[in-house]
Amino acid sequence: MEEQKFDGYLNMELLRFTTAGSVDDGKSTLIGRLLYDSKAIFEDQMEAIERASLGRGEERVNLALLTDGLRAEREQGITIDVAYRYFATPRRKFIIADTPGHIQYTRNMVTGASTANLAIILIDARNGVAEQTIRHSFIASLLQIPHVIVCINKMDLVDYSLERFQEITSRYLEFAGKFDIQDIRFVPISALNGDNVVTRSKTMEWYDGPTLMWLLDTIYIGSDQNLLDARFPVQNVIRPQNDKYHDYRGYAGRIASGIFRKGDTVKILPSGFITKIKSIDVFEKSLDLAIASQSVTMTLEDDVDISRGDMIVRENNVPNVSQDIDMMFCWLNSKPLQIKGKYILRHTSSEVKCIVNDVRYKININNLERNTLDKSITMNEIGRITLHTQKPVFADSYRKNRITGSAILVDETTNETICAGMFV
Amino acid sequence: MKNYKITHLRELENESIYVIREVVAQFEKPTMLFSGGKDSIIMFHLARKAFWPAKVPFPLLHIDTGHNFQETLDYRDGLMKETGTTCIVSLVQDSIDSGRVVEETGVNASRNKLQTVTLLDAIEKNKFDCAMGGGRRDEEKARAKERFFSHRDEFGQWDPKNQRPELWNIFNGKKRIGEHFRVFPISNWTEMDVWQYILLENIPIPNLYFNHKRKVFNRDGVWLAYAPFMQLKPNEKVEEKDVRCRTIGDITCTGVTLSKASTLEEIIKEIAATRITERGGRADDKRSETAMEDRKKEGYF
Repeated sequence: MEEQKFDGYLNMELLRFTTAGSVDDGKSTLIGRLLYDSKAIFEDQMEAIERASLGRGEERVNLALLTDGLRAEREQGITIDVAYRYFATPRRKFIIADTPGHIQYTRNMVTGASTANLAIILIDARNGVAEQTIRHSFIASLLQIPHVIVCINKMDLVDYSLERFQEITSRYLEFAGKFDIQDIRFVPISALNGDNVVTRSKTMEWYDGPTLMWLLDTIYIGSDQNLLDARFPVQNVIRPQNDKYHDYRGYAGRIASGIFRKGDTVKILPSGFITKIKSIDVFEKSLDLAIASQSVTMTLEDDVDISRGDMIVRENNVPNVSQDIDMMFCWLNSKPLQIKGKYILRHTSSEVKCIVNDVRYKININNLERNTLDKSITMNEIGRITLHTQKPVFADSYRKNRITGSAILVDETTNETICAGMFV
Repeated sequence: MKNYKITHLRELENESIYVIREVVAQFEKPTMLFSGGKDSIIMFHLARKAFWPAKVPFPLLHIDTGHNFQETLDYRDGLMKETGTTCIVSLVQDSIDSGRVVEETGVNASRNKLQTVTLLDAIEKNKFDCAMGGGRRDEEKARAKERFFSHRDEFGQWDPKNQRPELWNIFNGKKRIGEHFRVFPISNWTEMDVWQYILLENIPIPNLYFNHKRKVFNRDGVWLAYAPFMQLKPNEKVEEKDVRCRTIGDITCTGVTLSKASTLEEIIKEIAATRITERGGRADDKRSETAMEDRKKEGYF
């Protein structure tokens, strides 16, 4: 690729991660510490929080103030919405989805987790594994985040004790077996003092594992993408209608998963038409091959009728085509779910009306028990529902494909996004 | 498998193109705000990429404070001609003349805040249902919470406590008549990413971003470009310095950096070493700790 002629900063990887922890776990302090120690904080920002810390009568610079953006949050001292932060090392650029950890904000955690490749789960070393730890881990598993780093924070308040660290680690592993998380790591830290965040701790010599930053910088993310199942949801049809490109008819979209090559035989859904890829275009250039996450424009050998919402796939590897959908969900709105209610299902680039047929169960996210009797669903609740759609949907299971396996429900009267869904 | 790696700049590019295409698919009459600054330049470049070989299928909108760097206007006009794109210009002066806003007075007078009214009027007059902006979440703490698709009520206002959740890459642009959306396709870019991308793609930018000699004066530690309509305080004196712009906005509130950087590589090196944020030179943000949040609620970019 052309990028290879540049080295260093033009050739970095991107890692998106989310952080979960409650008000007192020191999450904002940890993020402040990552930003500060990686030199992502500038002098004017530092001066602003020094002034603000002094104004609040605090003795030391409160790194948490770096991430508390909105006025209401500074007044109440809590984070109330998902905020995005950025920092970089020579190797990687990081996007943090910073989400609050209180019970009423499950929906924000789900939102932050939906685009993350990695989750940091914070545990207060004094309290150990708490209800919320289970909740956060469950959400990470439900949203299929491939990597989880459990940070045992506030080690300074338990005398940097190895025994305490081991106790918490084994307790966590006991219940983690129930979850579907592929990669779990543990790091003992003190976000306040900076132990094992960016620099190695001098007070925890018993720990010979990597620092949090080292893990973030090196954890292998190359296999997180699904490169097996070729899926291309069509976003727009490009018809230049000028002299030079008179007959050009291109299908623009972002490859959801898999690999497409020029000359590949492909199938169009829903028509079932079979044709070949004539070209894969990206602004004045044509590619021989394009992979998951690339935004491209495809032209096809045959003149087929294709519009937004259609999907281009491989002939011998197609998604499930069905009008009956079974999905895990998180309810995002204060207006409760209505069984037999009509909603709009948005999935990749398609949109279709649907009816919620049944609530199969809801999950108590504090002890993971399923409740099949109580069918009332309101904000922040998680469970499993079945839907019937007006037209067939081309979907994969969320476990196999986070793009073609996810959907949202939109309320027809308020236009709000009220539900996040993951196909079973 | 090594060839299948996508770099951070291409990842950001793919995401932004996807967002711009969603806007065209979901809205009837979108526009893209264009100021001639580097962020709007790369956003427009991404829009050209998104629809090539077709032209960009929407007009641009420039909210003109009248206090511009002339180089920016020349650059804008040249680019529109070259790419065959329409740019609608709405003048803050018209909002002042019609009594919709009152010009600020005093030494710190700026038309930056007045742009909000001109912008909302332009959206209403042209019946735009979506305005894309070059805002980035790394710029300022209130922007860090902004969605890609940001819903505005019929008064053009932003309610930070009632934002729609945004999951995966599914964007919900549904709205009632009279409401509109602001969409920020380059939300996830940092200042460094923008410069690296300009270098990678070899995108022409106004000369203001490179080293040049300019009449400047120092106010509260920030170097401001001098223009004849600006009032000086008694202790301020105009001098000529080697400078470059880190951001380009209204001339009255855009700080310049003392710099000899004259190539993109030199600018990138300078930014990597710098210890002040790019908005550190923006007098409009210094008015109070929540200046940006307050302006955004009223309908600012």
